[in-house]
Amino acid sequence: MTKFEYAPAPESRAIVDIKSSYGLFVNGEFVDPVDGSMFKSVNPATEEVLAEISSAGADDVDKAVQAARRAYERTWSKLSGRDRGKYLFRIARIIQERARELAVLESIDNGKPIRESRDVDIPLVAAHFFYYAGWADKLAWAGAGPDPRPHGVAAQVIPWNFPLLMLSWKIAPALAAGNTVVLKPAETTPLTALLFAEICQQADLPPGVVNIVTGAGDTGRALVEHPGVDKVAFTGSTEVGKQIARSVAGTAKKATLELGGKAANIVFDDAPIDQAVEGVVNGIFFNQGHVCCAGSRLLVQESVYDDVLARLKRRLGTLRVGDPLDKNTDIGAINSAEQLTRIRELSEVGEAEGAERWSPECELPERGFWFPPTVFTGVSQAHRIAREEIFGPVLSVLTFRTPAEAVEKANNTPFGLSAGVWTDKGSRILWMAQQLRAGVVWANTFNRFDPTSPFGGYKESGYGREGGRHGLLAYLKSEG
Amino acid sequence: MAERLAVKKTYKLYVGGRFPRSESGRSYEVTDAKGRFLANAARASRKDARDAVVAARKAVPGWSGATAYNRGQVLYRVAEVMEGRHSQFADEVAAGEGLSRSKATAIVDEAIDRWVWYAGWADKIAQVVGSSNPVAGPYFDFSVPEPTGVVAVLAPQQSSLLGLVSVLAPVVVGGNVAVVLASAERPLPAITLSEVLATSDVPGGVVNILTGRLADTAPTLAAHMDVNAIDLAGAAGDAEHARELELAAADNLKRVVRAPVAEPDWTAEPGLDRIAAYLETKTVWHPVGI
Repeated sequence: MTKFEYAPAPESRAIVDIKSSYGLFVNGEFVDPVDGSMFKSVNPATEEVLAEISSAGADDVDKAVQAARRAYERTWSKLSGRDRGKYLFRIARIIQERARELAVLESIDNGKPIRESRDVDIPLVAAHFFYYAGWADKLAWAGAGPDPRPHGVAAQVIPWNFPLLMLSWKIAPALAAGNTVVLKPAETTPLTALLFAEICQQADLPPGVVNIVTGAGDTGRALVEHPGVDKVAFTGSTEVGKQIARSVAGTAKKATLELGGKAANIVFDDAPIDQAVEGVVNGIFFNQGHVCCAGSRLLVQESVYDDVLARLKRRLGTLRVGDPLDKNTDIGAINSAEQLTRIRELSEVGEAEGAERWSPECELPERGFWFPPTVFTGVSQAHRIAREEIFGPVLSVLTFRTPAEAVEKANNTPFGLSAGVWTDKGSRILWMAQQLRAGVVWANTFNRFDPTSPFGGYKESGYGREGGRHGLLAYLKSEG
Repeated sequence: MAERLAVKKTYKLYVGGRFPRSESGRSYEVTDAKGRFLANAARASRKDARDAVVAARKAVPGWSGATAYNRGQVLYRVAEVMEGRHSQFADEVAAGEGLSRSKATAIVDEAIDRWVWYAGWADKIAQVVGSSNPVAGPYFDFSVPEPTGVVAVLAPQQSSLLGLVSVLAPVVVGGNVAVVLASAERPLPAITLSEVLATSDVPGGVVNILTGRLADTAPTLAAHMDVNAIDLAGAAGDAEHARELELAAADNLKRVVRAPVAEPDWTAEPGLDRIAAYLETKTVWHPVGI
């Protein structure tokens, strides 16, 4: 097959204006951290330093929580739902207005292809704010009783894989329900959250309703453990999720946790194979596989194994790995050196444990953090690459004979975030959807997200839902 | 004429549809509210708790896979059989809780009615908490509640029947199975309820009832990796113990219903919170096209 060569098609980065350093966003303004310590955010595609970012210490977190508390008591809880909604509509509109700028900035800071930040992340961010804006004056119909109340101050800690999208999943329902927030973006991807702070200023959002504290794990811990916090929402690893569950034990804090996954993507022999292969590729190579609900375990029915593998490999040969700002790029940079190390280590373990490793030929840029799309075959359920979340572009392939065996293998994991099913038979789709112990089941599709659609896990993938009416309930309590 | 000598009952555990003694061979004295001897109850051990979890797990596919209509019928029948034991329950509640016969009777009435109320939710809850989601694309997308699995229930210490029903019924009505640790000092209504369950149509293992000390078995249940959720109602008022149990529950991210500061008034109308606490939301997507 002829592979067409593409001329470079880089998106201009002139639209973004990255400052040399950023303060913390507390009480409506940018402030320097109390102890003045800073860290760097780098472009993972080039290792170029983008900006100096403030590291919030315990005192900074305390100030942010106090600002959120004041804003909750004096302003936000006194505002009508209608007016809260209007602020959120304003924010949604400004995000749409500044969409290209946000997309380019996201790709620069995160390493994800501009095609994804432009067509998936940022449109969904705006959609989330738009959706929850409309809930703000309709809370009595949310299902939390006739007079539901917000919790108060929400502490929100988000990951680096979908920086602004995760911010929107957290902030939009929290504000709609009447809470104020202190949000900590991930250490490696703070820039769009800081630009969002400017958007809050442009929207004239009352000071203290949204506070952004940047920093690493210690900042997150100080925020979650702060006694002035009423509600904790976390997206990230299961390991940290368990620490948070322990830290809120014995307190009145409510927690929602959206954690890791090891999703099975199950292809039956009657599936439309080309569509299934597209879905498998999207399932694990979307966003470099930095997706908690990624379809990282491919379960193929034995009778079509050879066919599926051949088509999968051929398709992977056409993926373009490289400059995230190039509009033709399919796979961008791994977000950090640390994550690249983890992906490399687990891939080496995969080989050492006896699985067969394959990647298409592809040239990787010299600077930056890169990992080629990788497929492991001959994987057993006991292999670490079939059990642990790799959070990278690495697919483990297993086989099955019967639907019951597929269910058994798919559910054989402590996680339960998502699953995929590919078959032409309607009754089998519905049966599989019932059997799979996962919070989201994609049938003949994968990695679809929508603000109206509840998302979240079973078992050790966490608890609580984000999105839809269910996502709103996480920020409301029924008693007065 | 001499008064007839009563035949006294041996009070045992209820695990997997059977009535074993504690494997530890231990029992403990149960007294009435005035301290008079009522019975020796089995004192469940950690091993009994683990056995109960195994029995419960085995019952999950059948109970969670039953139709909602069927679960509703089975649970309604529990109330019917409770009605037949009304007098026995009232005696036990009166003795254990130190209430007048008329107050105890009112509590039993309320407990049976509450069971009926919960039974009726079996085939309605999905319509109230589920949804069809209007996503922006050619997809059919819906969310349904599903049972989380095995739920450990520390039943209230004070309200030995109404409290018990108020924490157990919401677990099983959603398709979950339960391992219940009965009120330590007032276990007799729970044991009678286990006899009711055994003689109604509830499959063995769906409800397992242990008697004994909270400190003996609650930590095992809280830390058990094959338990999906835990209700800490029975630890009400003991904040430190409740915190330790919640810490243990974090090991596999159990869904936790926290212990209240003090035991609540169980005669208050229940909402849906307790049913919802043990339900997972599953969202299913499928493309729409020709």
